[in-house]
Amino acid sequence: MPTNSEQPQAKWGMVIDQDLCTGCQACVTACAMENNISFVGEEDAGYGRSMQWMRIERFWTGSYPEVTTGFQPMLCQQCGEAPCEPVCPVYASVHSESEQINVQVYNRCVGTRYCANNCPYQVREFNWRDYPRPEPLNNQLNPDVTVRRRGVMEKCTFCVQRIRRGEDQAAAEGREVLDGEVLPACAQACPANAITFGQLDDPQSRVSQMARSERGYKQLEDLGTLPRVTYLKGGSSHGGNG
Amino acid sequence: MAVTAKPLSGPAAGLSERDDPGEHLMLDPRPRGEMNSLVMESMHATSWRFWAVTALLVLVVAVCLVAAWGYLIANGLGVSGANRPSYWEMFLVNTVFWIGIAHAGTFVSALLRVLKVEFRRPFTRAAELMTAFALINVGLSVFMHLGRVWLFYWLIPYPNERGLWPNFHSPLAWDFLAISTYLVASTMYLILPLIPDVAMARDRSTGWRKLLYRILAVGFRGTESEWVHLKTAMNIFAFTVLPIMFTVSTIVSWDFAMASNRPGWSSSIFGPYFVVGAVHSGIGAVVMVLYVIRKTMKSMNYFIRIEHFDALGKLMLVMSILWAYFFFNDYMVPWYGGDAFAKALQKFIESGPLSWILFTVVLCNAVIPWLTLWNKKIRRFPGALFVIGLLINVGMWFERYMIIPLSLTINRMPFTWRIYVPKVEIPLTVGTIALFILLYMVASRLIPLVPVWEVQEGQMMHSLRKVGKAMATSTTEIE
Repeated sequence: MPTNSEQPQAKWGMVIDQDLCTGCQACVTACAMENNISFVGEEDAGYGRSMQWMRIERFWTGSYPEVTTGFQPMLCQQCGEAPCEPVCPVYASVHSESEQINVQVYNRCVGTRYCANNCPYQVREFNWRDYPRPEPLNNQLNPDVTVRRRGVMEKCTFCVQRIRRGEDQAAAEGREVLDGEVLPACAQACPANAITFGQLDDPQSRVSQMARSERGYKQLEDLGTLPRVTYLKGGSSHGGNG
Repeated sequence: MAVTAKPLSGPAAGLSERDDPGEHLMLDPRPRGEMNSLVMESMHATSWRFWAVTALLVLVVAVCLVAAWGYLIANGLGVSGANRPSYWEMFLVNTVFWIGIAHAGTFVSALLRVLKVEFRRPFTRAAELMTAFALINVGLSVFMHLGRVWLFYWLIPYPNERGLWPNFHSPLAWDFLAISTYLVASTMYLILPLIPDVAMARDRSTGWRKLLYRILAVGFRGTESEWVHLKTAMNIFAFTVLPIMFTVSTIVSWDFAMASNRPGWSSSIFGPYFVVGAVHSGIGAVVMVLYVIRKTMKSMNYFIRIEHFDALGKLMLVMSILWAYFFFNDYMVPWYGGDAFAKALQKFIESGPLSWILFTVVLCNAVIPWLTLWNKKIRRFPGALFVIGLLINVGMWFERYMIIPLSLTINRMPFTWRIYVPKVEIPLTVGTIALFILLYMVASRLIPLVPVWEVQEGQMMHSLRKVGKAMATSTTEIE
């Protein structure tokens, strides 16, 4: 099976170093701010309706008192062969040819939720209600990102608005996008620098080099979804030099 | 004109001596006029109980269907129990369930008609009506499920201002086409055999009824050439609607089976498994409806007889055995395959907090029919068959519940595993059931529930002949 860096069509990608991740949730917060994600409230969040394009999955290993904590940031893997795309009856879940990411067209979505069922990573979020934005939260909405209403599906876009801005800036200055010039909100906010973002089609980019690390693995790689996110194995289980 | 000796529903050798030939509808003919008035009477006779039940059902539909759905649309699916990972909820359980009920009409009517099974004659109409009304509930349940139901027409392929066709890669788009095709074909198939009966009713009614029947009868007078055309059309539709029936359940099953990475769903056996399950619940529902109309409607005792319950009981047993075969297969292969998530799912279904659902399914769909329906005495006791048919439908509903919300609980991301608890789905489910019964009750007083011409045709074809000392039934081909 080809890996990310071997796929010619792969463009934007991410590497998450689980050795560095502390599970602080700064990425989750930054993502919610950047992308106008609704706050669903305690009751709905407790019932599995929390809306987080980026979530920190926490796992306990062992039994008391020998307990260790594991963190796994989980976001849309921007699959090259995305299971969510073919099942949408109204073409709301489509592949972007120019960015090579999986995009959701909110205005087309009628809310069959088939894409979310078919996503093995369970990273698609549904707007179960119109959640309120009490004052002054309504003033912090990001004008670059659509505000979604009830009944539509949404998910991580790799902060496509930032990618576009970076590309436009580079085009205006008549140059290529520099490595590290485009940063999604989560990577920008991560205090431990566990998230690296960049172009996979450039083998010299930092993200491409890190994706080739021997600690690297993909989530549910055996399904053949060709994820664009590489995780670097963390914890003491690994003896390599990373 | 060929004459063949053909058993009705009795033992294979024809009628044994202890059988009363009079118990078979086909061998108990009545004059044409008398039979027509029996059917007309059953349409006109209403007691205060009928109106009381109708009023109650209207109330239930208004509260549980109209008001609850309005509440759902106004507030979004947050008022339902759907969550991550159970993005699909009880509405789709109901959708698959009603598709199952919708199989009854076609199976009983079209399949048994093209196979020339004689016991079908008095209740083909009753079964076809179930198909039509169940398909209304299928549509309603799908629409309840949509997040933005006001945009449902985006699923319809038509040239539009958005410049966008539906995605024909999606099983949901196939689904939409399959269900709407089935609705059109089965409605046509309901209307065609109805024509001679409404023509009969037209000649025997006055006032608004006469007007209604005149429209429905499309000027049918019963001439030879009209009969030839009608028979040809019915034959074409019987053979057309049958493959549609088999494909509609299969395509619905593909909504699940094509989700190739989901434990519990990615099964290559789902197509036939769903068809068998659908027919299983459909026949159970036919038995229930026949029991109720025989109990409550005037002179139905003549048309719906013990022999029909007996024959349908045998059919239920066969379908139960077939269903169990597929169920076992669908369980065995993932178990043997040993995929970690498939195992986690099976463990959850077998011994999780909702394991009673699995045992209800097995008990109602297999154990109870097997323990009872082999017995002729039970098969010939309509009350018992009503209960068994009800249990089969409960079991089949829970089988779909097991396949949809229960299977969705377990996925490949253990962090998100969560149990689904239905909320507004419950009144809406009650509402769809009430709507089905209400539509059926209204229809039972508006259109002849027994196809009189079909019964009369059967009675003309059948006669008793003496073969040596024994009496044998013989069938004459009159076509």
